[in-house]
Amino acid sequence: MTIKSAAALVIAGTLLAATVAVRAQDAPGGGPTSVEISGEGKEVYEMICQACHMADGKGGDGAGAAIPSIANNPNLANKDFIVDILVKGRGGMPWFTDMLTPEQIAAVSTYARSHFNTYRDPVTTADVQRVMAASGSSTSDCSTC
Amino acid sequence: MMDSMRPTRRDMLAMIGKVGGTVALYQAMTALGHAAESQFAGPPKLTGAPKGKKVLVLGAGLAGLVAAYELQRAGYAVEVLEYQDRPGGRNYSVRGGDKVVEVGGVSQTCAFQPGNYLNPGPWRIPHHHRSLLHYCKVLGVELEPFIQLDHNTFIHHSKGFGGKPQRYKELSVDFKGHVSELLGKSLNAGALNDTVSKEDQERLVEALRGWGLLDGNLNYTSSLRVSGQRGYDRPPGGGVNGAPTPSKINSLSDVLSSDIWAHMNFFFSNVMQTTMFQPKGGMDMIGKAFARAVGPVVQLNTKVTRIAQGETGVTAYWEDIPSGKTGQSTADWCVNTIPLPVLNQLDMQVGAPLKAAIRAVPYSGQVKIGLEMRRRFWEEDDAIYGGHSFTDQAIGLISYPNDKMFGNGPAVLLGAFARDAGGFQLAGMTPAQRIEAALAQGSVFHPAAYRKEFMNGTSVAWSRLPWILGCTSRWSDDARAAHYQNLVAMDGRIVLAGEHASYYGGWMEGSLLSGLDAIERIHQRATGA
Repeated sequence: MTIKSAAALVIAGTLLAATVAVRAQDAPGGGPTSVEISGEGKEVYEMICQACHMADGKGGDGAGAAIPSIANNPNLANKDFIVDILVKGRGGMPWFTDMLTPEQIAAVSTYARSHFNTYRDPVTTADVQRVMAASGSSTSDCSTC
Repeated sequence: MMDSMRPTRRDMLAMIGKVGGTVALYQAMTALGHAAESQFAGPPKLTGAPKGKKVLVLGAGLAGLVAAYELQRAGYAVEVLEYQDRPGGRNYSVRGGDKVVEVGGVSQTCAFQPGNYLNPGPWRIPHHHRSLLHYCKVLGVELEPFIQLDHNTFIHHSKGFGGKPQRYKELSVDFKGHVSELLGKSLNAGALNDTVSKEDQERLVEALRGWGLLDGNLNYTSSLRVSGQRGYDRPPGGGVNGAPTPSKINSLSDVLSSDIWAHMNFFFSNVMQTTMFQPKGGMDMIGKAFARAVGPVVQLNTKVTRIAQGETGVTAYWEDIPSGKTGQSTADWCVNTIPLPVLNQLDMQVGAPLKAAIRAVPYSGQVKIGLEMRRRFWEEDDAIYGGHSFTDQAIGLISYPNDKMFGNGPAVLLGAFARDAGGFQLAGMTPAQRIEAALAQGSVFHPAAYRKEFMNGTSVAWSRLPWILGCTSRWSDDARAAHYQNLVAMDGRIVLAGEHASYYGGWMEGSLLSGLDAIERIHQRATGA
């Protein structure tokens, strides 16, 4: 692990800790989690995204509803499409700015676009920050945690 | 970075305030914003219902069932459509022989012994969730205590105490003692002369001496007196060797490394305070009791495909899942409790504000795992009876069964209640990988017995359950401000209900209060009031 991604983990962990106190939902306990999220796009996908979008990126059907497919999805041709959803959430999918750093969002977006599709140009941290700025989102804004 | 740390520090200060017995307790409670008790003031009194009017209820979870139950009592005709092959929605229990089928087709068959169960969704009932307790009583659902706090459980932190779990009673007493010592000495050194009067300083020092078990010099040290709270090395006995010996306290630095204050604080939360309850035999006793009371109007295995409305009524188009046959149901009004991740993909004839609100609420994706063990080693070997051992690992905790204590047969532990990153991580695994992760992580608490006594396990990953695609609604403050009133407002003849249409998200109380509020408004419209 690089020093940069280690620092990102610390920030992510701190944000998770901060979310604990403000939610009234039933919760396992009061302590923060030490679960660490990698800086690598593939690992972020496997650890976070495939909980819903499945290991093959194809999502799946439910009760008259579906988890959208990331694989072979022409919407991903526009790199802002995936970044925007990760920053703001959409439908049942939550926003991830309180769990992933801009670096991690860029890495996993790059992975999803290139591994499950054929869009090779990388999504950069600057891309993520541009989308976040446009949406008024900030990783340190825990009023929305 | 500094900004994001502030809530943690605030919580820490609030905790210190509580230990010191100050008004910080009250402030922290109200700061949660959810400290008020339930708004339930008795079942609705819906009098004068017009003859021959019908309400269609979509979804046989608690919101839909309480709506159906009270509407029937008021004299309305009711029809309930439910996608699953059972009533109750998230109010359910998994037992031996039950199948858990996920999006993608992965299927588990639970192998628990008869009488054992996992409550994958709701599992504990606060004593102030009065509507839920009311309906349990009315419907004859027998409740038993849910052991929320057992001081003998363990706290594990990967970076505290070299990763070795410590007893809750030891860490909590040590935290209280060290904080009392520091505050007491600060007072005596005059550090708070500007803010605390001399008279209050004297009273507070006296309080800290008693509260923190401090000695004459305001030191928190190992002693028999302290052991009277945190436990002894050799406990009191009888006869020749009856005299107890004191245990050794942990250092402030070690205690802080365990995050014990956060776990102590957890039990101050209004919805986590003792006494708590659970239904005897499984949480699904509540949904089943409602379904019995409502009668044969619940049509199971029915997938709603479209919802239309006009001047005179509402029509739901549906498919009978086993046969594939289609049909439609009409009514004067509709209570729609379909979970939002499903509803937002459904063709429903409502206005733009409601559609936008439905799209604005994401769901969180918790994971629970039940592990069946051959014997109750936590009771027999570790003297733990109910309660939770907390960890900072993905599983979050292991929780011990609240029933059949001292029994001989196999028992089911809750081996994970994971959320956030840990929840996603476990949900993304195969069922076999989840069980392995739960065993590996849970073994820190009971290393000798955990794998040895393990028989089988079943996991429920909420984000992959096809009938909901998530666990509970997760409103942001911004979305709440922009969309909540639109979500709960009647749109023509349709009104939404469910925990997502409440300020008690993720709790059965929220579902019930929402369902009751929805039918009161329908009744107002129907009676022209």
